[in-house]
Amino acid sequence: MDFISYLIFFAVIALTLYITWWAAKQTTTASDFYTAGGSLTGWQNGLAIAGDYLSAASFLGIAGAISLNGFDGFYYSIGWLTAYLVVLFLIAEPLRNLGKFTMADMIGARFGAKKVRGAAALNTITIVMFYMLAQLVGAGALIKLLFGIPYNASVLIVGTMMLIYVLFGGMTATSWVQIIKALLLMAGTIIISFLVLMKFNFNFIGMFDAMRTATPHGEAYLHSGVVYKDTIGLISVLLALVLGTAGLPHILMRFFTVKDAKTARSSVIYSVWIIGLFYVLTIFLGFGAAKFVGADAIIAENAAGNMAAPMLAGVLGGNALESFVAAVAFATILAVVAGLVLSGASAIAHDLYGQVIKNGNVTEKQQVNAARWASIGIGVFSIILALGAEKLNVAFLVSLAFCIAASANVPTILMTIYWKRFNTTGAVTSMLSGLIVALVLVAMSPSVWNPVEGAALFTGEPIFPYALPTIFSVPAGFIGAWLGTVLSAKRHEELEVSYAEVRFKAETGYKELDN
Amino acid sequence: MSKQATRGKSTIDYEKIVETEDFKALIKRKKNFSRPYVIFFFAAYFILPLLTGYTKILETRAIGYMTWTWVYAFSMFIMVWVFTSIYMNKAKHFDTDVDNIIEKNVLK
Repeated sequence: MDFISYLIFFAVIALTLYITWWAAKQTTTASDFYTAGGSLTGWQNGLAIAGDYLSAASFLGIAGAISLNGFDGFYYSIGWLTAYLVVLFLIAEPLRNLGKFTMADMIGARFGAKKVRGAAALNTITIVMFYMLAQLVGAGALIKLLFGIPYNASVLIVGTMMLIYVLFGGMTATSWVQIIKALLLMAGTIIISFLVLMKFNFNFIGMFDAMRTATPHGEAYLHSGVVYKDTIGLISVLLALVLGTAGLPHILMRFFTVKDAKTARSSVIYSVWIIGLFYVLTIFLGFGAAKFVGADAIIAENAAGNMAAPMLAGVLGGNALESFVAAVAFATILAVVAGLVLSGASAIAHDLYGQVIKNGNVTEKQQVNAARWASIGIGVFSIILALGAEKLNVAFLVSLAFCIAASANVPTILMTIYWKRFNTTGAVTSMLSGLIVALVLVAMSPSVWNPVEGAALFTGEPIFPYALPTIFSVPAGFIGAWLGTVLSAKRHEELEVSYAEVRFKAETGYKELDN
Repeated sequence: MSKQATRGKSTIDYEKIVETEDFKALIKRKKNFSRPYVIFFFAAYFILPLLTGYTKILETRAIGYMTWTWVYAFSMFIMVWVFTSIYMNKAKHFDTDVDNIIEKNVLK
């Protein structure tokens, strides 16, 4: 890298640190720390959701997947965008109306038993760990590529930066870093897309013609089936993408950073437009990289194609554009892991420590302190895991997080809002059956077992044929909800809030003063 | 959560409010509005892999070398944008209904 590249890279990082310093002065209460005091406006939160969502997996991963696999990579774009209809039509407003800081708050608004909150916190922590591992491994690879520092040192640098954002700035800093990063990311993507389109003489249809011969796949590149030869496996992946978003703790937490359900709703609209535009542009990133960088060069840099977008920027716009894109990708990862640390820390400090252990009898100061210590704990633990995970596939870890979110969280969230008979036992069995079935099937899947030595974690024939078990584990979550509810002999009615109250509050956003 | 559990009986009779004609009508209108959209977008979403996986009908060329697979995918994007806009408009009406119900039954 030359001087200009360093300058651009460090300017972006300095900007985000400045925001953290500014936000640190405003973070005093637990509500500030977890949810920026609920002070964000619709468009701000919409951009922050887009920032959270357009993670390394979206920006680096989809661009790489489309460049190498054509239409099969574009499935991710379709799935992750359609997911917002699920969030908007079924989840966003009731969630905002019932919850306070976390997803467990919302389920806890109906079921007061500690085991419900404990199970919800366990799911949150599991999902956050997988998601964070993916981002940290990706960040390590990116820094290693840019600066030539070893992977382990890269992970340590990224991990330290992430803790600085969270510890000092809390959700205010994380949100503003997300907002600015989302704008930079969109700017970078639009510039690259424009340059790609220019290379194709602004002929969108002609671009498809050119792509027929641009890759080793030939015309198959433009059809479904380069990667997903098995339709059940494809549907399983698509199910994880479309339902998983509605169960991701760091996305759900975003709905508490605004003042009410109306603002939550409008922030979804803003984010849908931004995210949708971005996902349309992934076609240009992917096609451009395949045509102007070439599959061989992309694979040589990173087998999963993760470096396709920065490489394309380098080919089209030289060093300056490449380092701008790399800096934005780096800021992306930092901001996303900061959001993840926050949601994991809230599950530990707010749900487990505050509610389960201390019965809600904690002061603001204790809460914020507990959250800071929990952030350090989660941060350090995930850094240690990431140090040993260099060879793991980033896209796999992220899709695993989506699969667990879809199986373990979404059935419980939906049933809590919409099913009158649902009870405490049902909520616990639903969350645990979704989580356990997902984890056990993944542990037996080809993602973990491969007959070729070194291709996966273990060498051997996989017992379960599909990479992602969503098509089985999501029904397991629903069946768990139903069986637990109808079979439970022991009632916890004294700890349950009547469905009438939950339903009324979920639909209207009405809150009593003592809440 | 323990706050909720130990809070004791609320002064508001939710059982009665949810049985009022106003609230029942609101729930029904909301359901009637969203159900067709939810069914439609899930169907549209999962028909795509069924068509690409089990048939070849989307593999013919639509415009130039762009196949129907891409046209289908792009129409999913348009569907998302159109549905969110429709939802946004409709939700404003529901807001007014909700305010009326709270006014009439809770704040009386």
